[in-house]
Amino acid sequence: MNKVDLSVNVGSLKFRNPVLLASGTAGYGNEMSEFIDLNKIGGIVTKSLSLKPRKGNPPQRIVETPSGMLNAIGLANVGVEEFIKEKIPFLEKFDVPLICNIAASTIEEYIECTKILTEQNAIKGFEINVSCPNVREGGLQFGNSVSAVGKITEKVKAVSTKPVIIKLSPNVSYISEFAEVIKKEGGDAVSAINTLVGTAFDINTRKPKIFNKTGGLSGPAIKPVALAKVFEIKQKVDIPIIGIGGIMNWKDVIEFMIAGSSAIQLGTVNFIDPTAAENILKNLEEYCIKFGIEKLSSVTGSYVI
Amino acid sequence: MFTIKAPLQQVIELENKIFLLKIFSPEISRVIKPGQFLNVLVTNSYYPLLRRPFSVCDVEGDHFYLMFNILGEGTKLLSKKHPGELIDVLGPLGNGFNFDGDYETAVIVAGGLGAAPFPYLVRKIEDKKNIISFIGGRTQNDVILHGMKNIQISTDDGSLGFKGTVVELLKEHVDNLKSSKVKIFACGPNAMLGALKEFSVDNNFDCEVSTECAMACGFGICQGCPIEGVNSPDKYLLVCKDGPVFNVKDVVI
Repeated sequence: MNKVDLSVNVGSLKFRNPVLLASGTAGYGNEMSEFIDLNKIGGIVTKSLSLKPRKGNPPQRIVETPSGMLNAIGLANVGVEEFIKEKIPFLEKFDVPLICNIAASTIEEYIECTKILTEQNAIKGFEINVSCPNVREGGLQFGNSVSAVGKITEKVKAVSTKPVIIKLSPNVSYISEFAEVIKKEGGDAVSAINTLVGTAFDINTRKPKIFNKTGGLSGPAIKPVALAKVFEIKQKVDIPIIGIGGIMNWKDVIEFMIAGSSAIQLGTVNFIDPTAAENILKNLEEYCIKFGIEKLSSVTGSYVI
Repeated sequence: MFTIKAPLQQVIELENKIFLLKIFSPEISRVIKPGQFLNVLVTNSYYPLLRRPFSVCDVEGDHFYLMFNILGEGTKLLSKKHPGELIDVLGPLGNGFNFDGDYETAVIVAGGLGAAPFPYLVRKIEDKKNIISFIGGRTQNDVILHGMKNIQISTDDGSLGFKGTVVELLKEHVDNLKSSKVKIFACGPNAMLGALKEFSVDNNFDCEVSTECAMACGFGICQGCPIEGVNSPDKYLLVCKDGPVFNVKDVVI
């Protein structure tokens, strides 16, 4: 059998394979490039960018939990200007699609960031973070409001010349309602899911273990929740899905594709094994050969119920 | 930095439940510097999930040593590993101690398990510099003397050596220290490092400290281990990448 076709499409975005690195788990690519060949992976989603640099939360930002971890980094990032000046030139050396994740405190800031970044050739699309659980500036939890998510989608689409993906919060009753409004407002795809709100206490001091009091739970602990959310969207809304949530190996990737994901993102696993993406790709190819699958994309939404 | 599966040669139990792992890896042993660290995967299951960061304790030829006490599930699992098992190690990580330079006497200050990085530092400098080691612990059971030279001991409860903190003990010796050009190398709890910062600034001693923070990746992508920098109020430094060793003047402790 010839080399299998691992390429996937997410709306109009084309990736050479479905394995992307999730926002906030691959920095701006330079550290990861010491471990893996960035030219082999499907794509990189940058650390969340805001218009101005953000310092982020004081320590403690990270707590390990059973089969997972809580983080409250607080969107520490270099800001749009330094990203363009300092980070893009490095990433441009690689032949890997760059998806720019944007996190803002106001709708105006989302618009402003998108307007500036859409001019950059290296950026192939946007992932709009409406769902960071660790930042509450402006008093608005965008990710929990269907109308706010619809409005952000509409406004960002109006100024973007690139595809727009909205990253969804799992901390809602019906995630498909959000996917529905994103489709209606012209969004190109959804990423599901962001982290689940969680916390942990020190039983001696009785204080939360994390400075921010609560954080976002990630890792294999959240995989069943993520799969259920992807599955819900797939059944209810006709929109491409990028699956995220506790993916540790190639079997998890296949599971997410079966549930309805066109592509996936590796997150927490990058902290544990920064070579995971390359190993997973090798195993996905072997899986396709073994089961006679010519196009990996045919697995998307192939669940049997 | 790279990941490698390196064979465990020996698990050595020192006094008071302190363990040493002796691991064979020419790749790491030949390049790692005192004060740098390694991020160790303790299990392939998902519990515990994250790697555990350890300072390199010592290097002997193609072997390196890690020192730890049993704090939780991860260190318990590590203490039960058998010779021949492969240990998944990521590193070398971070910046180590700057131990070259024109000082005459290295003053090592360690609190509790803060002793871990110093056997290797001692090995690197013992032929070139005088060494005085100030080792502190809460009680005599917390004092770790492995691999140290010319030792002064303090315990909070007075069960061994000077009664008081290790920085109080240093103050007792300050005149003696000022008689030669010294550089302080320290590792221990934050309260100790804070007191030491004041002591070294007051006495104009050059001082490097190895800091600690909960972290996930160890190489800068998770942003989990911030430390306040003196010269960058708008931005945190990262313990893993900008440290773990800092000049004490450069960080807020």
